[in-house]
Amino acid sequence: MTPAIRIHQVAKRYGALQALAGIDLEVVQGEFFGLLGPNGAGKTTLISSLAGLVRPDSGSLEVMGFDVQRDYRDARQNLGVVPQEIVFDPFFSVRETLKFQSGYFGIRNNDAWIDEILANLDLTAKANANMRALSGGMKRRVMVAQALVHRPPVIVLDEPTAGVDVELRQTLWAFIRRLNQDGHTIVLTTHYLEEAESLCSRIAMLKAGRVVALDSTANLLKTQASHALRFRLAEGDVLPPDLQAKATQSGGLWVLPFVDYSEIGVLVDALSAAGCKLMDLEIGKPDLEDVFLDVMRERAA
Amino acid sequence: MIDRLFGGGFATLFYKELLRFWKVSFQTVAAPVLTAMLYLLIFSHVLEERVQVYGTLAYTAFLVPGLVMMSILQNAFSNSSSSLIQSKVTGNIIFVLLPPISYREFYAAYVLAAIVRSVMVGVGVLAVTTFFTALHFAHPLWILTFALIGGGVMGSLGVVAGIWADKFDQLAAFQNFLIMPLTFLSGVFYSIHSLPAFWQGVSHFNPVFYMIDGFRYGFFGVSDVSPWHSFAVAFFSLLVLAALTLNFLRRGYKLRG
Repeated sequence: MTPAIRIHQVAKRYGALQALAGIDLEVVQGEFFGLLGPNGAGKTTLISSLAGLVRPDSGSLEVMGFDVQRDYRDARQNLGVVPQEIVFDPFFSVRETLKFQSGYFGIRNNDAWIDEILANLDLTAKANANMRALSGGMKRRVMVAQALVHRPPVIVLDEPTAGVDVELRQTLWAFIRRLNQDGHTIVLTTHYLEEAESLCSRIAMLKAGRVVALDSTANLLKTQASHALRFRLAEGDVLPPDLQAKATQSGGLWVLPFVDYSEIGVLVDALSAAGCKLMDLEIGKPDLEDVFLDVMRERAA
Repeated sequence: MIDRLFGGGFATLFYKELLRFWKVSFQTVAAPVLTAMLYLLIFSHVLEERVQVYGTLAYTAFLVPGLVMMSILQNAFSNSSSSLIQSKVTGNIIFVLLPPISYREFYAAYVLAAIVRSVMVGVGVLAVTTFFTALHFAHPLWILTFALIGGGVMGSLGVVAGIWADKFDQLAAFQNFLIMPLTFLSGVFYSIHSLPAFWQGVSHFNPVFYMIDGFRYGFFGVSDVSPWHSFAVAFFSLLVLAALTLNFLRRGYKLRG
């Protein structure tokens, strides 16, 4: 099957800054794919290259098998992009904005679909309001709607929930999840790692214009970070030397990593055999934030 | 080809550009008509008794086509340039760059919208001037031809300026230091035959002079140079500017990084 997105050896330099340093990436149709990385890692440049807003110095990009430069009409027809910055045309109402956007994609009489998008994004009541009169969160929803007017099979959202309230986030993710279930490929960049963890089935981490990690979310969580016992010791207690070698401590809080839950009993037995009295015991699960920090530190070293 | 040009994004972008100025038509159409009327009031009051052009032509009658053409040129420039700079500064230009709109469609939409607005203003100015002087249309086809070419040239130049300028003050500089001198020093208010030889010579290097002179020929059947000569220069200017603008757009200059 044609990949939804194929990125081959894409490089882009702005003066002294190497924004993209040879990116290779494939996103399978139907995937919910996360693109993570610190600010300046090249996420937006990569998305802009995919959308034809930026022309890379070298390499090629395809959307549903269409080259974004050579077959730009087909490539763009297959791609919906929600840009990162909140932008809007103050001259027009929500409905006008969406009708124009449909027309730009060569679609006339799109009202039924526009109404459906508006309803799904809780915008129906605002359909005839001028864009200027909307709150930031509302404008963001309109931008999502604009990206969907032409029913693109591939949808890219560049930090869609930045500065957006919790309620909208829930509405938005419910809608995006449904689009994904209906077969749309979703690519998401976000700073909220818990969002990526719960939504994305596969994740690429970018740093300084390179892909530094690429795996399924489950594998990333498994391989990069482990579970850990976190606890404090009673006054005067000391960890036995073999455990001390494995553990780390900061501010009196000990972190003792383990891989499998069956190890918990062994560790706790060893601690009590050594006469250690445990306070505030908790079992930490690995989360994407740990993975992210690990990966970013690793590549920095 | 026709299908691609009119079935796709072009028609919508063109319509959007029309609606953009029409929604604020008080400012984009009525205001320039008023400005032209003020020019006419003042200059005709001061100069009507003192100046005659082309032998017997009254100054007010002479002035009308010049004012109409000046309004056409300035409004064509202002339409495409201000639309583009606003879209760039506010960032919503991205919604036109994401869809499958070719650079040719982009060009055609912005320039045609500029021409429509400029012709509307031109017709408005003409209508108002009927209160001041009897209008005469010797060669309507020339009038139309020069109006469309003039609008096209300045609409194109507006696209170039709107793309090039990063800030409003850069656009204002473009307007004040290029567009205004070119239009004012082109024979809007006088026949260049009334100028000293040196300035007559200089005027012949100003393409806007030919647009105004040819336009005026359409009204009176008299002009400083032959209308065919004017047509050649104006049309050549249009081709050069269109080529330049299309080249900018094809390369994505300042629009696609």
